[in-house]
Amino acid sequence: MKDMDDMLKYLGMSSWEELFSDIPKEVWKKGIDIEAMDEISVYRYAKELAAKNKDIFDMPNFLGAGIYTHYIPPAVLEIVGRSEFYTSYTPYQPEISQGMLQTLFEYQSVIAELTGMDVANSSMYDSHTSLGEAARMAYRMNRRKEVLVPENLYWEKESVLKNYISGLGMHVKKYPLNERGMVALDELQELVNENTAMVYVENPNFFGVIDEGVDEIKDILGKAIYTVGVNPLSLAVLKPPADYGADIVIGEGQILGNPISFGGPLLGIFATRKQYVRKMPGRLIGETVDADGRRAFVMTLQTREQHIRRGKATSNICSNEALCAVFSVAFVAYYGANGLKELAKKNMDNARMLMEKLRNAGFNAPIFDAKHFNEFLVELPKNPHEISKELLKHGVHGGLPINAGCYRNVPNSMLLATTEMIREEDMDKLVSALKEVS
Amino acid sequence: MYQQAKYDEPLLNEINGEDEKEISVDVPDKLKRKSLNIPNLEEWQVVRHYTRLSQMNYGVDINTYPLGSCTMKYNPKLNEEIAKWFSYLHPYQEESTVQGALQIMYELQEMLKKITDMDDFTLQPAAGAHGEFTGMLLVRAYHEYKGELEKRRNVLLPDSAHGTNPASAAMAGFNVIEIPSNEKGMVDLEALEAATDDTTAAFMITNPNTLGIFEEEILEIAKIMHKNGALLYYDGANLNAIMGITSPGIMGFDIVHLNLHKTFSTPHGGGGPGSGPVGVRGELVDFLPVPIVRYDGEKYYLDYDVKHTIGKVRSFYGNFGVMVKAWAYIKRLGGEGLKNATIRAVLNSNYLKERIKGYYELPHKDLRKHEFVVKPKNARALDVAKRLLDFGVHAPTVYFPLIVHEALMIEPTESENKETLDKFADIMIQIAKEAEENPKLLEEAPHNTAIKRVDDVLAARKPVLTWKDKR
Repeated sequence: MKDMDDMLKYLGMSSWEELFSDIPKEVWKKGIDIEAMDEISVYRYAKELAAKNKDIFDMPNFLGAGIYTHYIPPAVLEIVGRSEFYTSYTPYQPEISQGMLQTLFEYQSVIAELTGMDVANSSMYDSHTSLGEAARMAYRMNRRKEVLVPENLYWEKESVLKNYISGLGMHVKKYPLNERGMVALDELQELVNENTAMVYVENPNFFGVIDEGVDEIKDILGKAIYTVGVNPLSLAVLKPPADYGADIVIGEGQILGNPISFGGPLLGIFATRKQYVRKMPGRLIGETVDADGRRAFVMTLQTREQHIRRGKATSNICSNEALCAVFSVAFVAYYGANGLKELAKKNMDNARMLMEKLRNAGFNAPIFDAKHFNEFLVELPKNPHEISKELLKHGVHGGLPINAGCYRNVPNSMLLATTEMIREEDMDKLVSALKEVS
Repeated sequence: MYQQAKYDEPLLNEINGEDEKEISVDVPDKLKRKSLNIPNLEEWQVVRHYTRLSQMNYGVDINTYPLGSCTMKYNPKLNEEIAKWFSYLHPYQEESTVQGALQIMYELQEMLKKITDMDDFTLQPAAGAHGEFTGMLLVRAYHEYKGELEKRRNVLLPDSAHGTNPASAAMAGFNVIEIPSNEKGMVDLEALEAATDDTTAAFMITNPNTLGIFEEEILEIAKIMHKNGALLYYDGANLNAIMGITSPGIMGFDIVHLNLHKTFSTPHGGGGPGSGPVGVRGELVDFLPVPIVRYDGEKYYLDYDVKHTIGKVRSFYGNFGVMVKAWAYIKRLGGEGLKNATIRAVLNSNYLKERIKGYYELPHKDLRKHEFVVKPKNARALDVAKRLLDFGVHAPTVYFPLIVHEALMIEPTESENKETLDKFADIMIQIAKEAEENPKLLEEAPHNTAIKRVDDVLAARKPVLTWKDKR
């Protein structure tokens, strides 16, 4: 740049190398061997790579397993695309950042409404790390070290959980599900004791089952913390976990308006009761007033956080998923309560329609005799990984393959998700392809 | 002078909408929801609401954003556009249907290796602090494998370290020991040597450090660690100061995390998403999280076969959307462009420091890297920060690092030129004079933002955290 010489001269330097005279010569690097490309070439190259993928518009796709392909209304994209939002940093200076602060306050409020809880933080990384943070919070609350999780907890989530709690000397134990794919209450009760820090229940669970026992769990837990994992869209029609005694509610916020984006960025929901707020991880936005007494918003209760409390913070989280929270609150605002209910219903109706088509074609679906939300297991006669690959030849992508033996009582099967993006013709395509390759 | 937009914008739930309707759904009766208190608005109401809110927010697209250690460089629009083309891919799709996405991850891993001189990378961590935590889990797994975790309980770090460092080490179960800085603003080597023994698991440090000072004894530091069987951890928050000039690998680091949202230009999104890839050297590659993207000469695939893997630290493969943007940034600039970004960032920082150092105190040494720390001579750092907002520039990081009282930590990045730096310097100098002549201007600032100074004591004393709470 043309001003460089002037600036170096101002510094009394004759070359840029002098700016780095404090770096010992032994550690100087001989450049970085990466070729530069002009803007159009990068654009073109990226287009070529994008064309190597088949997304849900190229091929119907029945994958879910925790994150789901929902329609993102352009109004939501427009709001999130405001560069005043997406090019801002964490709102450390509240006076010049009211827009983001109020938006995140509204996000916290919307999550509190959906879950029924008193308070939600302004985001965690994803549902898996929310679970890890919930277990750590349970330890802060009761100093106990055992975390009880369902036997169908997906291995990836279990792995993240274990990594989050290993430093505290905590461990994980599994409780069984009953023949309907729901928490086996008697067995759970026997497992709960004075070492139990937390019991984790998913509703709907990994198999898509709406668990009818969730309101009978709080009473058998004593001092153990009751953490419920949710699909936030299901809460448009399902009772909020606060109403059946949850102490902590976590979930995957991607479902509310965030692109699925090959698995990230995602959005960890984290909500709890007011009396536990000081034990909670993550940023919180609070309402206050400015010097003129006008309503204002600000990051608050920061003494829980790493930049103040350092090694004694409730969590190390700093950068979070704020923009994903903006996606979510804009999505919820766009649909409103009525729209969310209709959307949830559409997802459930699609699941029921696909189940029926599969049954008519001779498949066992769903495997568990229960109400499901937008996902369920269909039994398959052979290795589901092979079937998944063969389906591609028929122009359709199946769900997540589950091998027999991975879970007790689950045969070779596939976990199929049906959001509003699935059309009846997509279902017909899947069913006829499944019939052919089975 | 600057004037930010100012609306009396209601909360979402205060906007009038349609009534809630009942619908019938097939769920068990006892689990049926009764009502949901979320307003039913028209699309235009929602768009106006958030557009107005956005106008009461400041982004790097508006003006200078010199937050120290945050690297608020410009976010090229090309990257935003490209990332959209990958929005509707599911991470569990068959590999044959996501070859383009996997190739981007693979190429990013390879480019990060070249930039840092590390042997292998995981892209899974979702943010810088998450990368640190992952790094500490690797330290743990490594020492456990060597049968030494029982005794190696301590992680050392300088007293100038980012707050996330001690928090991440503690989360992984380590004791944290702070090493003092010397009068030059660098790690006190004697103190470090005295604190290091066979109880030391690792030393976490950023270089240049948070004062913007390069740790000149870095090779000696690496020697002390390795002699004692401890690992050296690089906090990559300040990588923007050294790209192409030196690298963590050359300096002797064993583990490094990067911040794609700082160094590699992806937008901060009001706090996130970020992305915190972790690179390692030598034996440590066998401990990385799974999966890692590999290429067999024909196709890209996800490799879950890592000998002593720590498993997973996050779902799926990390913040892919952020990776795409960083990938595009690096491709566009190339190695030479990255080096030039670093040179420019360091030049900008030193130029700005030189312009204002007659008016603010500059502790420690003179030559800085991409950032520097000053303190006001006759005002509080907070008041200077608030007054800056009146001029339509963002404030620097304040009250950090902790070892400088009333710290203003300034990082202009390479996305400024002499003209914008001169403007910023002039404002800083004017504020120093105002502090002398009319301190009220500072104490009552800001005046030109959407709201006046907030009462954060009230916010903490009586928390109102959702619209369900009433003040």
